[in-house]
Amino acid sequence: MPKERNMFKLKDILFAQFGEKVIINIDESENYPFVEVDSKNLLEVCSFLFKDDRCYFDYLSCLTGCDLLSENKIELIYDLVSIGLEQKITLKVILNRDSSEVPSISSIWRTADWHEREIFDLLGVDFINHPDLRRILLPTNWEGYPLRKDYKDAERYHGVKIAY
Amino acid sequence: MKSLLDQNFEKGGVVISKVDDLINWARLSSMWPVSFGLACCAIEMMSAYATSYDMDRFGVTPRSSPRQSDVMLVAGTVTFKMADRIRRLYAQMSEPRYVISMGSCSNTGGPYWQHGYHVVKGVDRIIPVDVYVPGCPPRPEALIGGFLKLQEKIRNESLMAPSAIERINAERTKHV
Repeated sequence: MPKERNMFKLKDILFAQFGEKVIINIDESENYPFVEVDSKNLLEVCSFLFKDDRCYFDYLSCLTGCDLLSENKIELIYDLVSIGLEQKITLKVILNRDSSEVPSISSIWRTADWHEREIFDLLGVDFINHPDLRRILLPTNWEGYPLRKDYKDAERYHGVKIAY
Repeated sequence: MKSLLDQNFEKGGVVISKVDDLINWARLSSMWPVSFGLACCAIEMMSAYATSYDMDRFGVTPRSSPRQSDVMLVAGTVTFKMADRIRRLYAQMSEPRYVISMGSCSNTGGPYWQHGYHVVKGVDRIIPVDVYVPGCPPRPEALIGGFLKLQEKIRNESLMAPSAIERINAERTKHV
């Protein structure tokens, strides 16, 4: 079934539950419609999407981050899928680059645990109430967050030259 | 070209051979690599161990522990996280030990040479390498070729100290 019809239905449900103050912006004209949520309301919205019978989003399909250097922001993209009701929704949380903190949703979907560790490792976003926030891909004493657009390699790591 | 033992025995009589040749022959006919597949090259390495391209006919059989092996076959991308462990495992091998670098990633960083912040641009920045096998990934025949090249290198080794070179170096430093 087409995604757009479900997005409208979900938009009505979300508006009815949370009102204007939580849902800042729903952009449905794009190819990839998303719902923008403020970071302090994220846990409440996710909890509602997980528990409500009309939404039933039991599967966190993807959780990534993107560095927007030109606007000085980092955006996190949450892809949720409801396997039983066959619908999808995408949430976006836009944070300030300098003080990026967002509540962890690993208490709702356990898969967010490692995805959030990867975002912390590569982009430097801090997740509040995360059970085990440490680097996952890079060595523990690596300095810097490589997927930020202004990342520069150090000269050496443990005595081994990094550049080619 | 008959093997060493066949040549001598067929002529009958006494077996005469340099100790160098005998020891080198023994070492090159039973090179035991520590199975160290890191990334995609590991698949080609496994394929070379398996039936069609069999490496066991050269005496090459993989060992799990570096303490029981004499060649380290670095197959795959070497990341900085892994680099510390490679150094430690290389130190655990007993001499004579050799290193074969298999594939572009362990030769010079491979496809990650330009933007790879996490990749060591060549395993020779960490351990000394004897043979480089190019390819991405190298075919099993290429890997077998790498082992044959290492056999050539071992065949030319000598137990005796290079006395002529040592004499020349001593004379050179005397004048300084």
